[in-house]
Amino acid sequence: MIMADAERIPGFNTLAVHAGAKPDPTTGARATPIYQTTSFVFDDVEHAASLFGLQAFGNIYTRIGNPTNAVLEERVAALEGGTAALAVASGHAAQVVVMQTLLMPGDEFIASKKLYGGSINQFNHAFKSFGWNVVWADPDDIASFEAAVSPKTKAIFIESIANPGGVITDIEAIGKIARKANVPLIVDNTLATPYLCKPIEFGADIVVHSLTKFLGGHGNSIGGIIVDAGTFNWSRDKKYPMLCEPRPEYSGIVLHETFGNFAFAIACRVLGLRDLGPALSPFNAFLISTGIETLPLRMQRHCDNALAVATWLASRPEVAWVSYPGLPSDKYHALAEKYVPKGAGAVMTVGLKGGFEAGVKLVSNVKLFSHVANIGDTKSLIIHPASTTHKQLSDAQKVQAGAGPDVVRLSIGIEDKEDIIADLELGLTAK
Amino acid sequence: MNHDSYPDAYIRGILNTVKTIAMVGISPKENRPSYFVFKYFLERGKRMIPVNPGQTGKDILGQKVYARLADIPEPVDMVDIFRASEFVLPVVQEALALKPLPQVIWMQLQIRNDEAASLAEAAGVKVVMNRCPKIEYGRLSSEISWMGINSRTLSSKRAQNLGTGFQRMGLGQGKKEEPSGS
Repeated sequence: MIMADAERIPGFNTLAVHAGAKPDPTTGARATPIYQTTSFVFDDVEHAASLFGLQAFGNIYTRIGNPTNAVLEERVAALEGGTAALAVASGHAAQVVVMQTLLMPGDEFIASKKLYGGSINQFNHAFKSFGWNVVWADPDDIASFEAAVSPKTKAIFIESIANPGGVITDIEAIGKIARKANVPLIVDNTLATPYLCKPIEFGADIVVHSLTKFLGGHGNSIGGIIVDAGTFNWSRDKKYPMLCEPRPEYSGIVLHETFGNFAFAIACRVLGLRDLGPALSPFNAFLISTGIETLPLRMQRHCDNALAVATWLASRPEVAWVSYPGLPSDKYHALAEKYVPKGAGAVMTVGLKGGFEAGVKLVSNVKLFSHVANIGDTKSLIIHPASTTHKQLSDAQKVQAGAGPDVVRLSIGIEDKEDIIADLELGLTAK
Repeated sequence: MNHDSYPDAYIRGILNTVKTIAMVGISPKENRPSYFVFKYFLERGKRMIPVNPGQTGKDILGQKVYARLADIPEPVDMVDIFRASEFVLPVVQEALALKPLPQVIWMQLQIRNDEAASLAEAAGVKVVMNRCPKIEYGRLSSEISWMGINSRTLSSKRAQNLGTGFQRMGLGQGKKEEPSGS
């Protein structure tokens, strides 16, 4: 126990390798075993009853929890500075479970207009069919968040670095509005990862991730996670019945009273995950938590490469503009220096003077970049959002989300930057 | 003792040492946090004594309920208090009148009374406030990690099975802990 016993807080690199992963208690296996099992034997009948009644900590069934997944959960909670976490099947599943825990039909949540296109779709369509009504606000106009608050507001949702436009959101300013409204601030920290930014330090109450991206880091597993900051008082206004009222599902237990500052993560697990069912495969949890061990190394290389590529692109005659907050000339550079001082991430958008056709030409002629609908792989990735990830949005929404017809999105990998730049030159100059 | 932040060694020392715990303010209802904590430590071999004047003479989980600490006919190592902060002082005064003195006075999550704590510490009694011993035991034994909770502990030593099944862990470091009874 090197942590609190010695009154010493381990650094980020140490936590990335060790948090959550003590040697296996049964076999001594040093790597985290993949507990590829649906269910766990109870010690006795009384133990089973205690587990089902939430009176003991332990494993029942992999839809509710699994020791391999738990390693991933504790690791991400530690890296984000949260009290607890819950891993689920995807980033989208994380958002469903969070909102289902916070909102009842007819309630509202405020969301930034500058979000991943998939989240915009989820909020506008799937969530509306559940009666959870999104109210959009503009992160470039902080007052629009305050203006959007109503008695029905139950949460505010933003991304730390927005995908794909390279928008850095002023987390602290929006956190103050959330606190004034007494609703939790949810931050999707997928593009930044806790290596670059820890939203809890700036006022986030809940952090969500698509683990699929930089945390897993190798493009091999879909996953999502919910981190409880332990900062929100769920009982104050009696607005969150899943947390502050006796739960009929568990013979009248009040989760906030029973579980204190990790009650939200418990509620997401024993109500949301148990009843909605988007469990993460232990095999994916193993791959993702192995990936996280090298997160600090990878993320710094991603950022260093991305800055070199953005600087090079900005000097090219074929390029109209580069949106990357790491560039000193970028609109969001000041916010980047505050929120992501080690680097502005790996994702950028590039506007091509040749418009839609130039975008298609670039995507078609690169040889190192992979044309895929993903970001956050070790490999460099490229996509034309207007015809793919953001296709379902209206033209106005596309432009608003930073995905107009002339825009190409790049996710810069950890290859040699000279090779990445040479490949882009090939694509830009192809006849 | 700094009551804002306790060293893990202090908490582990307490939970490893105390064998008899009197719980003041325990509820007989199985959905209440006090009942959870009582049951949890009973299952881990602690001698648990319920104290609640409204339940005098009844049993909770097979243990006889006493009205007051003074009525308990045996030595108590730790007094665990489930009463609101403003009602804590008389309970602590009562605990400090016990012979022999308890080693530890523990106040549950959200409960803190610095005046009562000073009184106990002046008498040489260890104090923990605003913590749950079940959560602390779960955290330090690694059991709580199964729930995705940040235990704030790192170790290259394996967690120790308590020896009464697969899913009950102990607080020992690198050696098997003896299950202490039932």
